[in-house]
Amino acid sequence: MTLIIHECRQGFRSLAIWTASISAFLILCIFMYPEMKNEMKDVSDMFSSMGAFSEAFGMDRLDFGTLTGFYAVECGNILGIGGASFASLLAVSALAKEEKGRTAESLLTHPISRRVIVTEKLAAVMLQILVLNIIVFLLPALSIAAIGEPIPWKEICLLHLAHFLVQTELSGICFGISAFLRRGGLGIGLGIAVVMYFIDIIANITDKADVLEYLTPFGYADGAKIVTNACLDKEMILLGMGLAAIGAAAAYWKYCRKDIQ
Amino acid sequence: MNAIQTSGLTKYHGRARGIIDLDLTVGEGECFGLIGPNGAGKSTTIRTLLGLIRPTAGQAQVLGMDITKENTRILSQVGYLPSETAFYPNMKVKDVLRLSARLRKKDCSAEAQDLCRRLQLDTQQKTERLSFGNRKKVSIVCALQHSPSLLILDEPTSGLDPLMQREFFTILRERNEQGATIFLSSHVLSEIQQNCTRAGVIREGRLVACDRVETLIQTNTKRISVRGNVRLEDLPGVRGLKGSDGTFSFLYDGDVKQLLHTLAAGDITDLSMTDPDLEEIFFHYYEDGGDTK
Repeated sequence: MTLIIHECRQGFRSLAIWTASISAFLILCIFMYPEMKNEMKDVSDMFSSMGAFSEAFGMDRLDFGTLTGFYAVECGNILGIGGASFASLLAVSALAKEEKGRTAESLLTHPISRRVIVTEKLAAVMLQILVLNIIVFLLPALSIAAIGEPIPWKEICLLHLAHFLVQTELSGICFGISAFLRRGGLGIGLGIAVVMYFIDIIANITDKADVLEYLTPFGYADGAKIVTNACLDKEMILLGMGLAAIGAAAAYWKYCRKDIQ
Repeated sequence: MNAIQTSGLTKYHGRARGIIDLDLTVGEGECFGLIGPNGAGKSTTIRTLLGLIRPTAGQAQVLGMDITKENTRILSQVGYLPSETAFYPNMKVKDVLRLSARLRKKDCSAEAQDLCRRLQLDTQQKTERLSFGNRKKVSIVCALQHSPSLLILDEPTSGLDPLMQREFFTILRERNEQGATIFLSSHVLSEIQQNCTRAGVIREGRLVACDRVETLIQTNTKRISVRGNVRLEDLPGVRGLKGSDGTFSFLYDGDVKQLLHTLAAGDITDLSMTDPDLEEIFFHYYEDGGDTK
């Protein structure tokens, strides 16, 4: 528990900045909605008929003129790239930062087993991701109420849940990678988040690349699919959580037998 | 029970040599010094004993416990001072000390307060603003505040001013008198000579000598200082000849009668013969391949 508290304290500033940034963008979008709603009636058709660009962001399948459609596209993308980047960066540095910052020698000479260190660091990562997601869920929901629109609870709950699971999958994979690194891996973490995001965009553009949806966690966080089907793709989520579990297991395996430099 | 016992302990970092076939015994309550230059294997020995790195071969027990199987139990009774200090960002000294105590599930506040007072360490300072010496002091308090039964100190005095070094060794002596075992590595030979009862000399990963400090010093080698003129060219056993203006000194490990005969044949006005200090012994182990004479 000591290490969980310590990790959360150390990560508080970063968590606050990412949470504030993502929340601010989401709230800004929501407050822009009433202004755009009337104009959207005219441009909605245009947005849905921009070919590959519309397909990439699911705008061909969503009514951009409704709050749900607007939220799924605009807010979904902000939450997607922002949340995934935060989760990946946090997880990829969780174990590696100790050797990079030369604090591993001190930490690992305290009577706390490596298994417990990995467990508490993983718990701290998940806790911080959970806190970010709760705040970036509540503030936009309150903002929707503030602009006088009915809150589409089911859709936004599913959308936010899907993005939380995306972040869980990415953090599990990046946490596993972190155990193998010695010099930090912010580039790797950010790279994984961005590459996964763009793989999803490519998968959306062409039917021939549908298989790519299974490679990226963003495949089950597609706003258009979630709003249209009003449910999440359980198979893809199961696959994603399996990958996250493999990442976490790899972290235990490697860190418990690693020579600390 | 020995505080530290290793048998054939070997560590390779890939193909690079760390330590080779190290057989080392440190008794409980002893103050033991490990001497060797940078890269000799001192830190590798310590890091292996602490479980930071896994041995390639051999066995080791610390406080009677196996280093690979009972690492956490060992660490609960060990205080470790690393050669280089690093702290988490945005923490005050008091936060670092508290974190260390909490990781040990102990309330060490009274002991920490006393150590900070003796080492003149301000606990309100941010660690980023500390000088190298003050950073070292924080690590010292972390290593000592839980009153461990074994202290493992890697280059403990680097960065400390002479006054603080004296206070630090006073604290160590007190802990030693209370029953704690002290294992310190250093390349500052005088501090081993002054503070340790036994010492080991490590060379290229191997322990080349290990004995009581007095025994290590008591070799056949003598330091000879002479004022006057004498021809030493034909005298076997002379090493490290240095001096000028009629005063010179050298290390001698040859036949004493032959030395006196040579000196008597010369024109000398003063002569002294002393035991070499540990530093000279140390270089002897390194220059001559480590054969004890």
